[in-house]
Amino acid sequence: MKHRTEEELMAYRDGESRDRAGVAAHLEECPECARQLKQIEAVLSTLNALPVPEPGEDYGQRVWRQIAPRLPEKKAKWWEGLFLPRRMVALGTVAALVLLAFFVGRVSKSPVPDEGVADAHQVRERVLVVAVGEHLGRSEMILMELVNARPEPGQKVMNMSSTQKRAEDLVEENRLYRQTALRDGDRAMANTLEELERVLLDIANSPNAVTPAQFESLQKRIESNGILFKVRVVNQDLREREKAKKPSPDRENAGVKERNKA
Amino acid sequence: MREDIDTVDGEAISDAQAVQRTLAGHRDAYRVLVERHSRSVFRMAYRMTGNGHDAEEVVQEAFLRAYQKLEKFAGEANFGTWVYRIAANYAIDRIRKQNTEKVRRQMPGNPGEDGLEVDPLSTVRDSAPSPERLAGSAQLAAKMKEALEALTPAERTAVVMRHWEGCAIEEIAAVLKSNSNATKNTVFRAVGKLRKALEPFTGSGQAARSVGNES
Repeated sequence: MKHRTEEELMAYRDGESRDRAGVAAHLEECPECARQLKQIEAVLSTLNALPVPEPGEDYGQRVWRQIAPRLPEKKAKWWEGLFLPRRMVALGTVAALVLLAFFVGRVSKSPVPDEGVADAHQVRERVLVVAVGEHLGRSEMILMELVNARPEPGQKVMNMSSTQKRAEDLVEENRLYRQTALRDGDRAMANTLEELERVLLDIANSPNAVTPAQFESLQKRIESNGILFKVRVVNQDLREREKAKKPSPDRENAGVKERNKA
Repeated sequence: MREDIDTVDGEAISDAQAVQRTLAGHRDAYRVLVERHSRSVFRMAYRMTGNGHDAEEVVQEAFLRAYQKLEKFAGEANFGTWVYRIAANYAIDRIRKQNTEKVRRQMPGNPGEDGLEVDPLSTVRDSAPSPERLAGSAQLAAKMKEALEALTPAERTAVVMRHWEGCAIEEIAAVLKSNSNATKNTVFRAVGKLRKALEPFTGSGQAARSVGNES
């Protein structure tokens, strides 16, 4: 009787044999091969039973502490940063607004072609005005919270992480609105957004936890350039612009009447 | 500030997201990968090197190398498998270097510590105790450890990856920079050597049979 090879027996043991039934039948009849298989099994079981010391629950943290100082900061390619989830949200919001503005402009039909172009432009501007207004509102809120926050008596460290994260998100949005304002030639808006961006970056780049003294210094920086006041003024201006751009009911009705006539 | 193991800025992220963020310049995202995979890499490294000190060195070096090569990772199977392969590669190089050094020290004319010349390939055979002495499981484990140490680095890598970690032959072949057939042979050869070394325990009393013999 021809014995099965060691390879065949190991493949059978690992469940990878191409002739599983054939090997199984052979093992029934051949005590020598059955003994060989048992021996392989015993060796591999011993191997599996060899103890490995448990490095501990915090082993990963220890490894990180050891290697972190040796890891150079990676320089992101400009396009890689765009795909970070938070930036994707900011980009998505702006893209959606631009698309919406474009779409609304396309579907706003008017009997007089010149008037149509003007309407589309107005609608687009209105959408952007609303979006920038909301952005400034959120920025104002974060600045207000920071300016009004006071450390508890005896508090040694103040946690900034959630504020930082919000500021980071706002920086992304702010950059896009500032670029839009520059493109549209709105210098005043672009300047305010630029100043706001610097303050938001200051907040986003501050340490996760700050001492009351560091916090106070940040508050002073925010207050010193009057950004909160400027943001309020621009936001108020936007609201007025939005109100002024909203067509009055009379004008809307007149438009409908004119279209009906046509 | 201590974050949860699987989070960055309090946000749970997957391996792929952590890789993406690390590449985007957020070094702290790499911490998630290190903390998530260190223990399994350690276990493999310990099995390959046979001691805790070397295993820890392998783990650290593997994560350092993985960080340096992260741009090349480009979403291969998964980060765990990838860093595991880097660790296996480094472990095999380390063992080879250590063995070369050992052999150099034990070359004819370079006496061993006891002043006698040592044949490095005879370590297991020569030190094999009698079957009576090898009755206890602790001795069996010690004998297995010794037998593993006597394998070549490629054999040890092959047997650890195949029978401990359950890796596919192709995966082992990639680490050994070999083809599937040669890798299979390496695994068989390694198991054959282990069988031979453990014969007093497995009870055959015979040397591992050469393959395909007729009785």
